[in-house]
Amino acid sequence: MAEQLVCNGDQAIAYSWKQVNPDVVAAYPITPQTIIVENFSEFVANGEVSTEYVCAESEHSAMSICIGSSAAGARVATATASAGLAFMWEVLWIASAMRLPIVMSVANRALSGPINIHCDHSDAMGARDAGWVQLFGENVQEAYDDSLMSFKIAENMKVRLPVMNCIDGFIITHALEKFLPMEDDEVKRYVGEFKPIRPLLDWKNPTTYGPFTGTDYYFEHKYQIVEAMREAKNVVKDTLQEFGRLTGRKYDMIEGYHLEDADYVVMAIGSTAGTLRYVVDQLRAEGKKVGSLKLRLFRPFPSAEVAKALEGKKAVAIMDRAISMGSTGPMFPEVCASLYNSKDRPRLCNYIYGLGGRDVRPQELAGVFDQLINGTCKEMNFMGVRI
Amino acid sequence: MSVSLKELSKLEPRYTEGHRLCAGCAEPIIARQVLMATNKPIVVSNATGCFEVSSTVYPFTSWTVPWIHSAFENAAPTITGVESAYVALKRKGKITDDIRFVSFGGDGATYDIGFQALSGAIERGHRFMYVCLNNEAYMNTGIQRSGATGRGAQTTTCPAGSCIPGKREYPKDLTRIVIAHDIPYAAQASPHNYRDLMEKARKGFDANGPAFLNVIAPCPRGWRHDSSKTVEMAKLAVETCVWPLYEYENGKYSLTGESKRIAEGAKEKRPVSDWLKAQGRFGHLMKPQWSSIAEEIQHNIDKRWNELLKLCQI
Ligand SMILES: Cc1ncc(C[n+]2csc(CCOP(=O)(O)OP(=O)(O)O)c2C)c(N)n1
Repeated sequence: MAEQLVCNGDQAIAYSWKQVNPDVVAAYPITPQTIIVENFSEFVANGEVSTEYVCAESEHSAMSICIGSSAAGARVATATASAGLAFMWEVLWIASAMRLPIVMSVANRALSGPINIHCDHSDAMGARDAGWVQLFGENVQEAYDDSLMSFKIAENMKVRLPVMNCIDGFIITHALEKFLPMEDDEVKRYVGEFKPIRPLLDWKNPTTYGPFTGTDYYFEHKYQIVEAMREAKNVVKDTLQEFGRLTGRKYDMIEGYHLEDADYVVMAIGSTAGTLRYVVDQLRAEGKKVGSLKLRLFRPFPSAEVAKALEGKKAVAIMDRAISMGSTGPMFPEVCASLYNSKDRPRLCNYIYGLGGRDVRPQELAGVFDQLINGTCKEMNFMGVRI
Repeated sequence: MSVSLKELSKLEPRYTEGHRLCAGCAEPIIARQVLMATNKPIVVSNATGCFEVSSTVYPFTSWTVPWIHSAFENAAPTITGVESAYVALKRKGKITDDIRFVSFGGDGATYDIGFQALSGAIERGHRFMYVCLNNEAYMNTGIQRSGATGRGAQTTTCPAGSCIPGKREYPKDLTRIVIAHDIPYAAQASPHNYRDLMEKARKGFDANGPAFLNVIAPCPRGWRHDSSKTVEMAKLAVETCVWPLYEYENGKYSLTGESKRIAEGAKEKRPVSDWLKAQGRFGHLMKPQWSSIAEEIQHNIDKRWNELLKLCQI
């Protein structure tokens, strides 16, 4: 059994990479991700990994390097946040279209402008349609665990898609917490040897990656990603369960808290899920029939599971730490759509909250429950904003 | 390189038939010459542009070597990613072959949008050769100006009007900007002198670090010359000193081919008007209204040529 460590989420991810020892890591610094690539560079400098570590001159190039390396046949990891992820946007689509199992940690941070370095999910949500599997962790332990599982999910032959493991900027990236790593050799066994598919470096069997494709085939290429995403859901589920058996930590694509007998539910992604459980405990002590739902997997979106978990509830608040300008938060319509065909649909309302790192206090979340219970919540709500 | 045409014709083609490039396009000519310059296994990356879209129209490909196209601006980081994987897998003992890496990009992909990425890749010292197929404009999107377009040339985004005579600026000297990175090997070449080009490509492949080859690539559509005149046009670029042939190796500049002979007085330096007259894109400069432009262009060419002579210590 490995020893418990105390570190922040970025360090935990760097530690997971050290244990995985990827063939190539390409990196470019951006707060609040920087600690990951700094820590990892120390492992490189001290010969603790045999990774080829490339300090790119931009995130766009970092992702391009990942694409080249992964297509060449290497196991590849990188990290970014905010503007860095936005800068990669074009190439994110290429990574998934080439079915490259790249693993990327994203330290969620607001997008400019105005420039802001703190947590919200605008960055990851902006990349939600790019064909990447998206996992969101809640704390340092999950940052580490998700990072390891990302390799397994990405490299699964049914998936072969890039995976983004997201953690809340500063809240998880910079706060110190206890966590339990796996033993080095256990990780080695867990991730196993990387098996590339049709690598570029296999020059005796030349492959053309990224051809020009007209109207006669483009749609079919995209459909293959749709299929891979559909498969990814089950693979994520199995991977989470297997990891649970291995470590004793029980994870699922969605995780309910006091959900079964709850009438009123608040749903969130990332670190807010932890605060929500604390609030649920308080309100339960007051005898209120409340519960919470954490969404761990945003892409592919586990619609059926979400619908099953929320059917029959009286009202549900969907907490979005991002907004699609001119519409709602990104999770809200997903949940609405998931429940549309249910017989017993709850009332759904959307709360936009925490943009640019605005504090998320327990009493504010308790206020959301109150509004759900007394029916004063509107369809769109903006928690804590001075309007 | 003492390779005869007869011997070259026996090599397995690495870029083969079935591509959809225009008749008279210089790009496949250059690519074939470059790819024949080594017998080591090669992996290729390609920037978006004429050469890429025309060589891999799915489900077909003209490539018999491993090839990757990612985006317009990232041929350099994409191939350096491949090279990094190669270094890593070699270190781990998973690969033993000696492989070479080459990128092809148009002048738009190289001088403009991909320049930062190219600069970064060279600065990091990856071992790869970058080949710029320089047709002096964005041809794939229909002949728009790039940082390589010559002064006075007409493109669809710098048309010649009654007030403005085509492109206002001189092309930027990318080869020298690249050389300023202290690159092990860089050169300018032309497909009309295939021995010179292949020798440079061989040196580029063998360089112990990044190498850069900037190759003039006449485009009958964009330059408005007859499809049969491509190679002649490339030669004219060299003979007028619009496109000097030279290389930069181990910190030393040296002229090669016709440029060397011009510098040594063994060959005539032709006036730039020969170059301008031969191409429709400069047609408007023949009007009396713009007669001074041709003179300015000649002046600029002479200035750059003299600078180059100094760098070559001639
Ligand atoms: C980010 C981005 N911007 C613009 C384009 C559109 N585009 C594709 S090819 C091209 C021009 C290519 O010109 P060049 O690099 O000179 O190569 P050529 O086709 O002339 O050989 C442009 C503008 C693109 N694909 N991606």
